[in-house]
Amino acid sequence: MAIYVAHNAQVVVQGITGNQGSFHTRQMLSFGTNIVAGVSPGKGGQQVEGIPVYDTVAAACEQHQIDATAIYIPAPFALDAVVEAVDAGIKVIGCITEHIPLHDEIRLVDYARRQGAVVVGPNTFGIVTSRGCKIGVAPNHVFKDGPVGVISRSGTLTYEIVGSLLAQGIGTSTVVGLGGDRVTGLNFLDVLREFNQDDQTKAIIMIGEIGGTSEEEAAEYIRENPVKPVIAYLAGKSAPPGKRMGHAGAIIERGRGTFANKVKALEAANVQVAELLFEVPDLVKKCLIS
Amino acid sequence: MKLFEYAGKELFSRHGIPVPRGKVVSNAWDAVMVSSGLNQVVLKAQVLSGKRGKAGGIKFASSPREVELFAGQLLGLELNGNKVEKILVEEKLEIQQEIYLAITVDGSLRRPVILASSQGGMDIEEVPEERIIKWPVNLSTGIFPSVGREIGRLLGLQGKAITQFADIVTKLFRVFAESDAELVEINPLFLCDKGFVAGDAKVTVDDDAYFRQKEYPRVTEGSPLEERARSIGLSYVELGGDIAIMANGAGITMATLDTIQFYGGSPANFLDAGGGANVEQTSKALEILLAANPKVIFINIFGGITRCDDVANAFVQVKKMQEITVPVVLRMSGTNEELGLKILAKNGITAYRNMQEAAIKAVELSRGGECNGNLCCS
Repeated sequence: MAIYVAHNAQVVVQGITGNQGSFHTRQMLSFGTNIVAGVSPGKGGQQVEGIPVYDTVAAACEQHQIDATAIYIPAPFALDAVVEAVDAGIKVIGCITEHIPLHDEIRLVDYARRQGAVVVGPNTFGIVTSRGCKIGVAPNHVFKDGPVGVISRSGTLTYEIVGSLLAQGIGTSTVVGLGGDRVTGLNFLDVLREFNQDDQTKAIIMIGEIGGTSEEEAAEYIRENPVKPVIAYLAGKSAPPGKRMGHAGAIIERGRGTFANKVKALEAANVQVAELLFEVPDLVKKCLIS
Repeated sequence: MKLFEYAGKELFSRHGIPVPRGKVVSNAWDAVMVSSGLNQVVLKAQVLSGKRGKAGGIKFASSPREVELFAGQLLGLELNGNKVEKILVEEKLEIQQEIYLAITVDGSLRRPVILASSQGGMDIEEVPEERIIKWPVNLSTGIFPSVGREIGRLLGLQGKAITQFADIVTKLFRVFAESDAELVEINPLFLCDKGFVAGDAKVTVDDDAYFRQKEYPRVTEGSPLEERARSIGLSYVELGGDIAIMANGAGITMATLDTIQFYGGSPANFLDAGGGANVEQTSKALEILLAANPKVIFINIFGGITRCDDVANAFVQVKKMQEITVPVVLRMSGTNEELGLKILAKNGITAYRNMQEAAIKAVELSRGGECNGNLCCS
């Protein structure tokens, strides 16, 4: 099993004829993603890599059963694209686009949630069910089917950690990129609950960073509920307050979201926090054995 | 992007939020002109950093002579590292009460929140949590005056002040929504005889919304080097240590800084070079790293979509083009790693695959360690 996207989920790509969209369509196909349609307004009737292109998401949904969308639409039009996908009835929305205005993010996340759709992102590497469904921009070679679920706020950190797990022969069930912005469709707690219900997942890695309170909220839940073993790694220990470290979400503001506070909350919930990222595979191994 | 107080007040004023009478000036003579016709005036240095009052950036004057004197003192002053180029000259008001009022975005609630406190005028971080009213905005209705009246009541306002306050809240929410703000803050919001007046204005406009908010003048906030990096699309933060760091991706860059610090080193900067790896970008990034005079440069690349051979080629080319005056520790792993390492080897450069070893080496070099053949040196 997996969470949010099954290995054979039928996927549409919004923005399939663009630079990013067409490049990543090829990458996703070579991963094994079951892409059944593409959408690009005004380009209906064309094909990309043999995949039929439609003018609207609704048109694609008339012809195909679609489980999830991968959105590679420029930031000014991303809100429109998400609303279109939700209105067409798609329930899992991978919003890869970065630099979407904050107010648009609030609206798109709110709209999707009210309609019962899940937004992965925005500003995310996407979501990968290692057995064969990649939505987004993660490198293909670090994923292999396995027992570890990963929830992360950072793409490159995820590749590094999932890659080092793989080097030790440990694979992943689903790897979820929450997104680097201040407002995201999913937080750690949402995904943690899903992994907890997933038979394949035996241990969970949380890859967090400074800023926000998503890690603390997850910690509170873990402290009070039976949860599978969780290992955490947090970036930004050395970051000074008030400085935004690349991600819009990674900033210590008004005393919230400090590294120390997150570690304290997680350790109080019996979550092992790796001090260095190379320690993660060994901690995971220990969890899987016991 | 932050707006100066005077620009924030202009914005408030356009939306019908009362602000004190006054004007922004850039010389002492104009300050005197503005102050004539006003009784007592306040002179406020226009800088973006907080704690301006404590740093001596706000002065009260009761005569033209004082206005000229204080304006002369403020203009050109360095306040928390920012040079004062403009001052706002305003009437000093008779005030009954000072309120704190702000609207910002709460990431965990995924929506805007109104923050209000009867303890205005203070730094809000020093106000105890229980004295701050936090009101999540209902996204389907927005802000009605009824919300403002209820917050006003909770603040302990009475009589006419309640409806006047509600009017300010609804107008401030309009400012927030229409200007794509991350934060709008009035601290203090004065309650005077005739109603409320915004004593200060903090407005932060979302950089990502700049394409539709072009009327705001771009204000430079960072150091010259940070601004230079931003102008070429790099995310760069100065940190003051002696190991310059470049990595690809915000998370891994942060983790690289943490690792360096763990082994006792001191990062000079945060530089996220992003996904690209072309010669031009690598070259510009290196120039910025070198401009901070580090003792060592540590480049940490995990090849995902970025391919190690591209990075290697770019680095080899840059090394031929420009003089790199300090040792460079290069770590490379991931997509096309072998190919990348081979390209480097051909050019006499041995890179690390392991981030931990590379980080330890970088720290060693920053302490004057020997630069042997096992890494890429100048």
